Amino acid sequence: MPLLEMHEIQKEFPGVRALDGVTFTLETGEFHALVGENGAGKSTLMKVLSGVYPAGEFQGRIVIDGRDVSFSGIRDSENAGIAIIFQELSLVKELSVGENIFLGRAPSRLGVIDWTELYRQASKLLKELGLAIDPRSKVGSLGIGQQQLVEIAKALSRNARILVLDEPTAALTDAEVETLFSILHDLKARGVGMIYISHRLDEVFRMSDRISVLRDGRTVATHLATETNKDGIIAEMVGREVTDIFPETKHELGDIVLRAKNVTVYSVDEPDKRVVDDVSFNVRAGEVLGIAGLMGAGRSELLSAIFGAWQGKHSLELELDGRPISLKTPRDAIRAGIGFVTEDRKRYGLILEQTILDNMTLAALRRVSGRMLTSRTNERRAAKEPMRSLRIKAPSVETVAGTLSGGNQQKVVLGKWLLTKPKVLFLDEPTRGIDVGAKQEIYTEINKLAETGLAIVLVSSELPEVLGLADRVIVLHEGKKTGEFIKADATATRVMAAATGHATDI
Amino acid sequence: MSDSKSILTNRAALRAYAMIGVLAAIWILFHIITPNHTFLTPRNLSNLMTQTAVTGVIAVGMLMVIVSGQIDLSVGSIIGFAGGVSAYVMTEMGYPMTVAIIAAVAMGTAIGLFQGALTAYVNIPSFIVTLGGLLAWRGAAKWLLGGNTIPVSDEVFKGIGNANLPVIYGWIVAGVFVATMFYAAYRRATSADADGASSLSRELLKAAFPAAAILGFIAIMNAWQGVPVPVVIFLCVAFLGAFITNSTVFGRYLYAIGGNADAARLSGINNRWNVLKVFGVLGALTGIAALIFTARVGSALPDAGTLKELDAIAACVIGGASLVGGRGTVFGACLGALIMASLDNGMSLVGVRDFMQDIIKGSILVIAVGLDMAGRKQS
Repeated sequence: MPLLEMHEIQKEFPGVRALDGVTFTLETGEFHALVGENGAGKSTLMKVLSGVYPAGEFQGRIVIDGRDVSFSGIRDSENAGIAIIFQELSLVKELSVGENIFLGRAPSRLGVIDWTELYRQASKLLKELGLAIDPRSKVGSLGIGQQQLVEIAKALSRNARILVLDEPTAALTDAEVETLFSILHDLKARGVGMIYISHRLDEVFRMSDRISVLRDGRTVATHLATETNKDGIIAEMVGREVTDIFPETKHELGDIVLRAKNVTVYSVDEPDKRVVDDVSFNVRAGEVLGIAGLMGAGRSELLSAIFGAWQGKHSLELELDGRPISLKTPRDAIRAGIGFVTEDRKRYGLILEQTILDNMTLAALRRVSGRMLTSRTNERRAAKEPMRSLRIKAPSVETVAGTLSGGNQQKVVLGKWLLTKPKVLFLDEPTRGIDVGAKQEIYTEINKLAETGLAIVLVSSELPEVLGLADRVIVLHEGKKTGEFIKADATATRVMAAATGHATDI
Repeated sequence: MSDSKSILTNRAALRAYAMIGVLAAIWILFHIITPNHTFLTPRNLSNLMTQTAVTGVIAVGMLMVIVSGQIDLSVGSIIGFAGGVSAYVMTEMGYPMTVAIIAAVAMGTAIGLFQGALTAYVNIPSFIVTLGGLLAWRGAAKWLLGGNTIPVSDEVFKGIGNANLPVIYGWIVAGVFVATMFYAAYRRATSADADGASSLSRELLKAAFPAAAILGFIAIMNAWQGVPVPVVIFLCVAFLGAFITNSTVFGRYLYAIGGNADAARLSGINNRWNVLKVFGVLGALTGIAALIFTARVGSALPDAGTLKELDAIAACVIGGASLVGGRGTVFGACLGALIMASLDNGMSLVGVRDFMQDIIKGSILVIAVGLDMAGRKQS
């Protein structure tokens, strides 16, 4: 009898079917890897398992030890022996290691915490895991790798029998990865079943008993690790054909507009960690340059640093229209003619409580409205063209941005940047979370803009989007450029191989 | 979704009408319960407006600071210090009034810029910077005045707080305002493009209500002794503040920064520089408020302006500003200041004891914001 069975799990979000009948099993003491492209449904599946989406918000059955279970929250799943270690750690940095491990259930008498007992138990637990961490030290003073291990200790202190690890090695050094793996081996021997989500196929093959591939919310295949290979897995991850929603267009390429050389960007939180490592690229007038890569590959950071918006350490050389240029702030970049449709429109793109007009004119306010005094009349006049050409559906330009659909919000952000009259336009995940119709409209607009001679740099986690729109694709993997392909050579398999660091032919 | 615009503008308008309604209710209530029904007399209303002036001038600046997502707790203490500077410059150093006025406003501005710089460029939260300022500038005021009061003898200076505009000037000012309002309405109706067009008669009708209010206001003030000078200053500041927040690039940037600082920065706005400037504006207005206060009392007091920061913040919040930033209007803040001053004035007339006044004012602030939040949630 399997330890865990998930049958025909379906989960819908407004307009999107994130999970479309996923079936997944986990045996006692098994190491089962779950792989797939960004957005394939891995995280959603794990949120179903952990009760983040409670019973009733999805269809399908979860069975543990042969008994149907239904979780109404995370606490229920924890009690059932499930522990999830998410990419973003859920530790309280200001508290000690011991306190974190026993957060919410510290040994206590009459409501007073028994500190001696707490640290004794924590110490014992850490020793069992072979970790030389003082339970009294503050979590914030530990490196990310050690924090990850503390998170695992916390999970084990709850007697977890099913351990889910979501990209646990992304932030770890090689030595830390080895420590983690030896701990995972021990846990396996103790009978803990592990679900391991990772983009690093080397690790997946090294550790797994079985590998399941998710794509578009479905289980494509489940293999014994010994019966498949990386190329096979990559082919299954990519799978689908590039459909014809991408109109075939021929872009007339002009001169090189922007040349970025030796861009190196350091993490804000860990100033020694390179999130972008010595990447160079250029983009021509009328060209769409795609930047592919998996989550955390450093794509947004690369653009952010060029745009003068990165708040951590970075170094780079830039040439615009053949002349060296230095951009210290987004303001400099906008003046020089760079526009940046940032990812996460709600967080970085829009002021949700303001109107479409206020949002759209913000980046070009002095140009479209007035140098010192604003003029609604001028702004309305300026906004007319993007409202029309982008087909923004709203009762008027005075509609509050927060009330619009995702697609229309994204068009407002795009309109904002078009009003700055850029020579180079960066697009970071321009179609994330919007419906297919709006996506297609944005694709058409991207092609139209390229035809007018705009140089476009497109970052997208959706591979078909990059392949369908870009004239040329560069691929990043863990901050390094691992591939560059012209359109004819950019096949899904090659790009995905480069993106997973499994490049064979560059 | 199709009528979300009209709902929102209606909500904003509704809010303004509701506040005017609350103000009217307070006034009528006090008029009924004051002995001899003295509240709604030209004399008391003139007095009430003068009392509103100091808080109102600061509230306009505070509103801009709050809109940008910051706060300033030190303005009350700056009133004490800048007022002290003005009296010291005249009485102790023997300089003429103009020097004293410049000194007070310059001192307020300098302090505002200094605190703004600590907030914007050294990344110390403005709550902390100005909490420190609350203590430090009060200390500075006591030190400058040696713990005493410094009297002012210049009658023209005292006029800043006590004189009245001659009746005829009042009418001239009213005439200019009314003419400007109708002209602006005419401009709006004729120059707006199809998207924002609105008929001439509708615009003129919209201008009629404020025009009538201004004429009525001047008539009442003139029925006593003319418009008090502090009130003239307050109204100028209020119009200037409304202009800055509604019609300047700087004003739009403040709402953007308070609404979403990341989006503002990525849109090329220099958040730090604008935050610095807005603290400078509040500082300058605080200097002006200090002059009104000192002139009205006729001397500089070491504890002048105590708790004025809270009155100003309360005025903004009652007027619909959000302490998270991004939302609030100068008009709302001015009405808020008037409501706070009405409570002070009315309760004093009725003879409510000081401590009871404080309890009532505190409760009303919390209830007002509570009702506002409940209203927002419902929509």
